[in-house]
Amino acid sequence: MTQTLDVMVGGAPGDKPTAGDQTVSNYTINFGPQHPAAHGVLRLIMELDGEIVERVDPHVGLLHRGTEKLIEYKTYAQALPYFDRLDYCSPMCMEHSYVLAVEKLMGLEVPIRAQYIRTLMAELTRISNHMLNLGSHIMDVGAMTPNLWLFEVREDTLVFYERVSGARMHANYFRVGGVHQDIPEKVLADMGDWLDNRLHLVEDAISLVADNRIFKQRNVDIGTVTREDAIAWGFSGPMIRAAGVPWDIRRSQPYEVYDRMDFDIPVGTKGDCYDRFMVRVEEVRQSAKIMRQCLKEMPSGPIGTLDRKVFPPSRGEMKQSMEALIHHFKLYTEGYHVPAGEVYVATESPKGEFGVYLVADGTNKPYRCKIRPTAFSHLQAMDFMMKGHMLADTTAVLSAIDVVFGECDR
Amino acid sequence: MAVSLANHVPTYADEPASLANLSRARRHEGVETAFDVDRDDLVEVMRSLRDEHEYQQLMEIAGVDYPERPERFEVVYCLLSLTKNHRLHIHVSTDEKTPVPSVTGLWPVAGWLEREVYDMYGVGFAGNPDLRRILTDYGFEGFPQRKDFPLTGYVELRYSEAEKRVVYEPVSLAQDFRTFDFLMPWEGAEYRLPGDEKATPEEPGAPSPVKANVGARTPNSKTPAETPKTTEKPADTGAGAEANKAAAKKSKAAPKAKAPTKPRAKK
Repeated sequence: MTQTLDVMVGGAPGDKPTAGDQTVSNYTINFGPQHPAAHGVLRLIMELDGEIVERVDPHVGLLHRGTEKLIEYKTYAQALPYFDRLDYCSPMCMEHSYVLAVEKLMGLEVPIRAQYIRTLMAELTRISNHMLNLGSHIMDVGAMTPNLWLFEVREDTLVFYERVSGARMHANYFRVGGVHQDIPEKVLADMGDWLDNRLHLVEDAISLVADNRIFKQRNVDIGTVTREDAIAWGFSGPMIRAAGVPWDIRRSQPYEVYDRMDFDIPVGTKGDCYDRFMVRVEEVRQSAKIMRQCLKEMPSGPIGTLDRKVFPPSRGEMKQSMEALIHHFKLYTEGYHVPAGEVYVATESPKGEFGVYLVADGTNKPYRCKIRPTAFSHLQAMDFMMKGHMLADTTAVLSAIDVVFGECDR
Repeated sequence: MAVSLANHVPTYADEPASLANLSRARRHEGVETAFDVDRDDLVEVMRSLRDEHEYQQLMEIAGVDYPERPERFEVVYCLLSLTKNHRLHIHVSTDEKTPVPSVTGLWPVAGWLEREVYDMYGVGFAGNPDLRRILTDYGFEGFPQRKDFPLTGYVELRYSEAEKRVVYEPVSLAQDFRTFDFLMPWEGAEYRLPGDEKATPEEPGAPSPVKANVGARTPNSKTPAETPKTTEKPADTGAGAEANKAAAKKSKAAPKAKAPTKPRAKK
């Protein structure tokens, strides 16, 4: 093109620009922190050469609320609601890592029904999270309709959240030793009906884009990450699976009742944005499969450990028994003491490995609670994923990372 | 530490036998497989863990502050082996001045993780090419995760209608920061009731036990007495600023206070 132009204007390559020509130097733009496609408060300093991205410097921390510091001043039970507010698109999966970390330190057994409920709710959360991410990914690259359909499914999951925990988003449902309250039979039955009758909406919505030419042009070969890069950059979850590494903590380091579940782990072949999208689509189907198994096998029994020094008695019992009243009072004022030690527990949250590094000093408050967010390492790789791509590809790469700033900034 | 009973937490493979030949690392007691490593050996140990022991991924770097130690900070590296399905921790200690060698040369992901530890604790990382603050505000001062940094911080910001911009001000709390100490005063100290010689069995013929000093209680180191709360200045009372004196003055037009009148007699 340049050569043709040169021929046309009669200049040779290397000539000084004549009057009327313009030299274009690299320039820097701000993407965010208030931008609808930034998925929150992300500020990207982008160095552009024309429309080609040369360098990206993500500035994070605009939603830093000091969660880890606050947790050091709260008892173990009071720290739990902070986890809902990390990744507010998948709250129960955030709680999951924390309660497992405390239970690992205490060596606490959890009744089997509570384990099934946790698995069930974690998978419901995964569907809920992916509905939001898939929908917004599609919308970020230009399609509107599927997002509206997927939000219907997400609304259903939030209604289940409310029926189970009482809250649509910040559930505060998992407890150290079990879950807060039992799920009524009717809700479980409705969940089964929902899985059978409503999930076709997902298939319909995805069928609109999965083979769509425009959608593929915007995603295939965009932000490609090799296996080696994915490992070196600390990727996890759908990001590392899309790069071709069959790594899923639910399978390789099973917790709760995942070792009893029959499910497949989708793996990508090219490691581009399209692979990440399709890995998530398949994960929704597998999550539905796990939920069906949980509903089918759901055992009866208590929903929390019977160790009254950790798990509070039921409300009715508290009204009748002096002992239960004392336990209730002690648990909601002083809380329980956790033996000194250090653990790191990571679970497979919808976005990847969500870990909690917990240091206990034997008192009723955590000495240190380091949260390992999924988005931190993924976002750090933005720079090399974006290099050489067009400015408009930023939104596709960002959506395929599935970043939520409550969790990234803590 | 009690033996862990919990069988529903993420379980991975047993510790690989090859870790027994890991040189320059001392075992760190605890639930997890962990090693203490000297600062200077860190990069070499990490390289051998990555290349020889198959710990391919660096998942997390966590800082911990123990102010009572001579080297107060501990930096914990969480490694993951995808092939052996095992997790491993490496502990390094340092103080405010001594930097820890950076592992960005081994794992590019360490860049931001080290930046975060630097931001939160002020631990330096020698060799990190881009050691800027990451989570805190632009122009933030201090290291918020240190144990001696107050929870409320030092500055707060608000939008000033007068200046039409966000202004930073020293923190002023409407209510004192409250923290509740639930530690039991009788945990930790040992008391012996006077005359309770049966509390501890003694050898026959032993001298009669010394009377317990009832007055002097063993101070509980866990719950140090806080400085007593005094109200010496008006500011300590929690009351607001003094009312404007001019407001208390009476204007001339105000009706004068009359002496209480007697109830009217009946006509």
